[in-house]
Amino acid sequence: MCTYLTEKIEVAGSGKGAQGWFTLTDATVYLDHPQHAPAEHTLNIDFLNPASGPSARVAVELTAESARALARAIEATLESAPPGLV
Amino acid sequence: MDGALIAETISITGHDGDEIEAYIARPLGQESFGNVVVIHHMPGYDGGTKEITRRFAAHGYAALMPNLYHRDAPGASPDDAAAAARAKGGVPDERLVGDVAGAAAHLRGLDGSNGKVGVIGYCSGGRQSFLAACSLPLEAAVDCYGAFVVGTPPEGMPLKVGPIAHLAPSLSCPLLGLFGAEDQYPSPEQVDELDKVLTEAGKEHEFHSYEGAGHAFFSVDRPAYRVEAANDGWQKIWDFFGRYLAG
Repeated sequence: MCTYLTEKIEVAGSGKGAQGWFTLTDATVYLDHPQHAPAEHTLNIDFLNPASGPSARVAVELTAESARALARAIEATLESAPPGLV
Repeated sequence: MDGALIAETISITGHDGDEIEAYIARPLGQESFGNVVVIHHMPGYDGGTKEITRRFAAHGYAALMPNLYHRDAPGASPDDAAAAARAKGGVPDERLVGDVAGAAAHLRGLDGSNGKVGVIGYCSGGRQSFLAACSLPLEAAVDCYGAFVVGTPPEGMPLKVGPIAHLAPSLSCPLLGLFGAEDQYPSPEQVDELDKVLTEAGKEHEFHSYEGAGHAFFSVDRPAYRVEAANDGWQKIWDFFGRYLAG
């Protein structure tokens, strides 16, 4: 199925793409056919800098289970950070 | 026909006179050939769809696949271009029709072209194949599991595409539909509904739904691949295009 279902957010940070490190400005999260992962649908995340062109992209394609585990790990890591660090 | 072919990347004139990238494969050693516009799936103008394009040439057809995402990301890799196109909500219907029209015109102008042009599309391209065949004068069309030809997208889904079954009275050519019985988009009920709409409109069509197959069963590099459905589907395509495009 071609869902086109996309969440877009602004982000601040850096990512490493095919041409090396670059500044991130945006991220998209969507559920659709993967390019590479061996699954019919995956939770895909693109870290982007559209001003630098479509190739300024770090992409991941995760199974739904992996994506949920990642979300929990991110939250847990931020929650357990020492006071004042984040 | 011995499978000899030549394939290359070219530029064609698409919607609004825009020059867009396209991949063409032509049979060698044939005095006359039919033509096929190949509409790539949502993951883009990729290696798998180029292989399909060459397959048509190996079977005696000139096949042309326009890069529908060219404007969104000129020169980018297919996966980056697909991501850029998705971020913009996909390919507008009007632009798709213009690009297929440009591809068909290019094919009709080839030395050796018999002037007959069919269209085939996969996934999102299945819907776009139907759209093109309802909008342009063509000789044959194949819809491979295109979603939202009928059926309203689920509530809350910010799709930039809508159902187009109401265009059926304008269908310009016979339609072959190949579907997976386990697919949900389109579901078997939606396939039945399109069948009914076409019958009521008096439009020549033949539909085949394969048990044990879901969406994207033609994709040899994906787990959705179903060899029996794909092999039979290809045979249906050769029979269908042989009837309407050959000579």
